[in-house]
Amino acid sequence: MKRKRVSYAKYGYFFCIPFVLAFLIFSLYPIIYTMLIGFTDLKGLGTTNIHILKDDLFKNFKTILGNNSFQTAFRNTWKMWIINFVPQIVLALLLAAWFTDTRSKIKGQGFFKVVFYLPNIITAATVSILFAAFFGHPMGPVNDIFMSLGWSEKPIYFLRNKAVAQGVIEFIQFWQWYGYTMIVLISGILGISPEIFEAAEVDGANRIQTFFYVTIPNLKTILLFSLVTSLIGGLQMFDVPQLFIAKQGPDNATLTTSVFIYNQAFSGSYLYNRAAAASVIMFLIICVASACLFITLRDKEEIELHKLMRQQEKAYRLATRAARKEGKAK
Amino acid sequence: MNTKTKKRTSTGYMIIIYAVCIFLTLLSLFPFTIMIVNSTRSTTQIQQHAVSLIPSTYLLKNMAILLGKSFNPFRGFLNSVIISTGATICAVYFSTLTAYGLVVYTWRMKRPFFSFVMAIMMIPSQVTMIGFYQMVYKVHLTNNMLMLILPAIASPAMVFFMRQYMIPALSLEIIQSARIDGAKEFFIFNRIALPIMKPAIATQAIFAFVTNWNNLFTPLVLLTDNKNYTMPIMVSLLKGDIYKTEYGSIYLGLTLTVLPLIAVYLFLSKYIIAGVALGSVKG
Repeated sequence: MKRKRVSYAKYGYFFCIPFVLAFLIFSLYPIIYTMLIGFTDLKGLGTTNIHILKDDLFKNFKTILGNNSFQTAFRNTWKMWIINFVPQIVLALLLAAWFTDTRSKIKGQGFFKVVFYLPNIITAATVSILFAAFFGHPMGPVNDIFMSLGWSEKPIYFLRNKAVAQGVIEFIQFWQWYGYTMIVLISGILGISPEIFEAAEVDGANRIQTFFYVTIPNLKTILLFSLVTSLIGGLQMFDVPQLFIAKQGPDNATLTTSVFIYNQAFSGSYLYNRAAAASVIMFLIICVASACLFITLRDKEEIELHKLMRQQEKAYRLATRAARKEGKAK
Repeated sequence: MNTKTKKRTSTGYMIIIYAVCIFLTLLSLFPFTIMIVNSTRSTTQIQQHAVSLIPSTYLLKNMAILLGKSFNPFRGFLNSVIISTGATICAVYFSTLTAYGLVVYTWRMKRPFFSFVMAIMMIPSQVTMIGFYQMVYKVHLTNNMLMLILPAIASPAMVFFMRQYMIPALSLEIIQSARIDGAKEFFIFNRIALPIMKPAIATQAIFAFVTNWNNLFTPLVLLTDNKNYTMPIMVSLLKGDIYKTEYGSIYLGLTLTVLPLIAVYLFLSKYIIAGVALGSVKG
């Protein structure tokens, strides 16, 4: 009988080992190593020996923070993220409100969702080069349209203009992500209890009032989730600006921090130490952003989670006890 | 009758909604239409009029120019398939395994471990690339595709998703009865838990595959040998000087990278959209 009382706890550890190992090797070690390199003199192709800086430990960080290109890249990254995110979330909210409105059913919703989401699955590298071709000089589709409509007499060199170059990247980001945000928000709205909407309708609230006083307050968590995930992605923006204009355009117009890090480390200069210092700075900023999300989400969900886990453990104990009894009966 | 009130409030309002939706539809489809049409037109035609909805006959000539230079879509496709498939299998299998460990067993470190998984969910991989590259370089594995596949074993967001799905879907009684029948734990996971998790695995697999397929940064850093180039790196070659004036070929190259994705999307769009919605509610 005693043999039946096997403890299965070891399998819990056992099944989680691959995850932990992969995390230690491919995530944790690189993070620590990146941080370490930030304090060393590691540069040059093929160098692997590191020497911790002796005279001034924070030299790389000081160099990076004082570097004009990094400052430009940092400003650009934030600017391009904000300018794409604000219209993106506004449009996504508007579409989500339209698509979930029970008072007026929109036909072809399934089709629209599929089409709006389409740009999101296309390789960002491809999209970047495609849009660069669209704004080509002397003859790209945009120039063709401008001249056919008589808006300009001769071809315009669009991408030489700093504002246009940034604007197109902002547009690409917006275009690729509003469909995703919309679907996330729709599922958020559908998760709100329909009774609240019915009550609002009975009370005579019109669409705009319902939207601002019922929908938005109930979507707070999901909106925060969209904000932070978009920020984390936006601060690491790489594919589109890397391929859009060679050398990141006039005055580093489309230089982002990720492209800066890549250029420092891998294209020509091999300044791994400086790239690592820049990485650490971005890493810390992103960690603060995700910590904010984690804490805000946890407050509410932690309680539910505890409850859920306790229930689960209870169910498990009952199940094992029942099984044991069964075993004994046999 | 409420049709009356509906009509009064709705007509203009509905026109605006449909107008916006149709405009956005065109915005989504127009760039790809131009791309596909231009891939069949000659450079001269494109230089005269870059916008056209009428396909021309230069597809094969463009193809010849495209393939005659450094762009090798077939190799890129094959490499991308190997890496994306490998990474996807690793991610879904080990995430489900980890979630199973978290759901089915009671062990002392279970709660802290789950909090840990949630905490590392948002860790950005891109900004730790310098350390990752140096590590891989030291052990001389820079052109080894395994370095792009194995990290997928630790996918915290997917573990979280799988766990949320598993709690209601997997009944512990089944596992108990399998144990009574003498099945080993690992066998129970492979033969009983995995099939039950199929719907969740399918959605997560699609996303993992597309994400890996589209990834440019990691392969660009690690793969220096052009035999190992993935599709996004192949695409980046179109930007170089070699294809500078071959507009038709550039459009064709881009089309070749987009078509497989669009084909897959048309088949799976329902699941993909359901997956996006599901993932967000859980997150």
